[in-house]
Amino acid sequence: MRTLRYLLQKEFRQIFRDPSILRLIFIMPVIQLIILPFAADYEIKNIKLAVIDHDHSSYSRNLIAKIASSGYFILTNYNGSYSEAMNKIEHDKADLILEIPASFEKELVKENESKLFMAVNAINGVKAGLGSAYLRSIIQDYNKEVRTEWIQFPRFDPETNIAVTYSNWFNSSMNYKIFMVPGILVLLLTMVGANLTAINIVREKEIGTIEQINVTPVSKVHFILGKLIPFWILGLVVFTLGLGIARLFYGITPAGNIFTIYVFAAIYLLAVLGLGLLISTYADNQQQAMLISFFLMMIFILLGGLYTSIDSMPSWAKAITKANPVSYFIEVIRMVVLKGSGLADIKSQLLTISGFAIVLNGWAVLNYHKRS
Amino acid sequence: MTAVKINNVVKTYGKKKEITALSDISFSVSKGELFGIIGPDGAGKTSLFRILTTLLLADNGNVTVDGFDVVKDYKAIRQRVGYMPGRFSLYQDLSVKENLNFFATIFNTSVEENYELIKDIYSQIEPFKDRKAGKLSGGMKQKLALSCALIHRPSVLFLDEPTTGVDAVSRKEFWEMLKRLKEQGITILVSTPYMDEASMCDRVALIQAGKILSINTPQGIVETFGKKLLAVKSTDMLRLLHDLKQCEEVQDAYPFGEYHHAVMRNDSKELLRSYLEQRGQSFELKEAEPNIEDCFMALMKTS
Repeated sequence: MRTLRYLLQKEFRQIFRDPSILRLIFIMPVIQLIILPFAADYEIKNIKLAVIDHDHSSYSRNLIAKIASSGYFILTNYNGSYSEAMNKIEHDKADLILEIPASFEKELVKENESKLFMAVNAINGVKAGLGSAYLRSIIQDYNKEVRTEWIQFPRFDPETNIAVTYSNWFNSSMNYKIFMVPGILVLLLTMVGANLTAINIVREKEIGTIEQINVTPVSKVHFILGKLIPFWILGLVVFTLGLGIARLFYGITPAGNIFTIYVFAAIYLLAVLGLGLLISTYADNQQQAMLISFFLMMIFILLGGLYTSIDSMPSWAKAITKANPVSYFIEVIRMVVLKGSGLADIKSQLLTISGFAIVLNGWAVLNYHKRS
Repeated sequence: MTAVKINNVVKTYGKKKEITALSDISFSVSKGELFGIIGPDGAGKTSLFRILTTLLLADNGNVTVDGFDVVKDYKAIRQRVGYMPGRFSLYQDLSVKENLNFFATIFNTSVEENYELIKDIYSQIEPFKDRKAGKLSGGMKQKLALSCALIHRPSVLFLDEPTTGVDAVSRKEFWEMLKRLKEQGITILVSTPYMDEASMCDRVALIQAGKILSINTPQGIVETFGKKLLAVKSTDMLRLLHDLKQCEEVQDAYPFGEYHHAVMRNDSKELLRSYLEQRGQSFELKEAEPNIEDCFMALMKTS
């Protein structure tokens, strides 16, 4: 016990004497949490639209005014030729082209139907898809307006209509930040936990201090606990800091019990620290440790369900996410923050992540040798 | 009583065991002895020390330290040996005092308990006890490392190249400290690439390419030299060395400080003198006492 106390004391002394570690632990997460959620926005705005109006009629002007006033589009080019508009797309000055034929108004009045042409720059798939969908729904809306203007509807609609109204459960205003911020917090915790542990131990290897420790009677378990406990505490401090920022900057208060989140975070951290420990037993220097953890982190982030929904992944990718601790915590934190889930609801995730903690730490302990 | 016993130790590195670090090494060290392992870089000194301190497993052979087997009873050995690696490996971001306290604690003792043992050494760095270990000078780092290796009163002390990179005065001081530790009854194994330090040891093992060339007292090693040794100096040393190597009477010639040393086949100082005179070079010729380095060169070439 006395040995462990001394190991912990030494570890904390070293951490608090290293200004770069403190910066890494505290300033990095704060800045990332403040900046990232604003930038990692799902909504597509500021779509640059080039309109080629061959008609110059009041109908075409109305249509353009309606599109421009929607807030999603910026009219960058008007009244050119199609080739001119295409040129804009090639120079990335336009994302969408809407061509209104010369006979737009005439045909609409005479034939009761008219055609529009839409060309989309599909380099950014998300922007192209959402942009054209927005434009289509605005045009449809316009279409309906024109119809009501002309046709005196009978008292009872001859067509059968299904009217759909909807309400958003758990995130009534569909605020994506409520959805993103907890997820980003999970990623930060993962990075801080795994990287710091891995690099800390590998640094002892590099400097040679681990060799000096290895010839002492300090047991493997004491040595590893002496490394895990400080970073476990630091991880929870960072997590608390992150929750504070979520509340302060984004007004996010968990719908569920904060205690539930902490229980999960505490076990999750054990798993992540075990991962860091495992990396450190395989890496010989800090560079290797960094590269291994970068490699894992990329997979964890992209297959973690933060940016893309796991449910829409192909089945093999879904299988990989089962081995990704990050995906469990993102799921849990969203459940608790948005839906108010309790410990009973997250039982299966809690058990899985405990399994991760046991396997990763066990593997690391087995793989850590005091002699070669 | 033997403190360290090494029997037929073999250690190889590489996937196909193609690099031999130690090939069939055997020797023993008595209790209270100051034993030197002397050899050039890459001779296998550090591998041997790592095996002795239970950090490395030998491929073959058995080793006991203080009566305990390094493989089976490694835990007991870790309690009773002190190890100072060749590279400074204390915590650079902890202060002198914190390092010492830390190592005392993990050995389940305290600085006060064994202060008597390290007093001599530690008192020299005590004025800087609040300074970070990383900010100490080379000599002070070495004293701190020695204090930390001694703080649990080990029965055997392993020092891997403690004087490498240390100035001449500090080296001399360091050997004085080792002599005083020896008086306390601590067995000391010290490795060094410097031949001149051999004379400070009770016994030395000359090691080269993983093989032991000779084990003896420094005096004994010098006595086995058995050949006439001459020292020659001239204005054109390079030509002189070339000339010496051409001479049939000379078995071996190599630069040695400001002289060249010539190992003679026979006791024939005058023959060499007349040979060199024929070459028409002004020179200075004198007899030289062989030392460990001469012995090492001779042993290296015969083995």
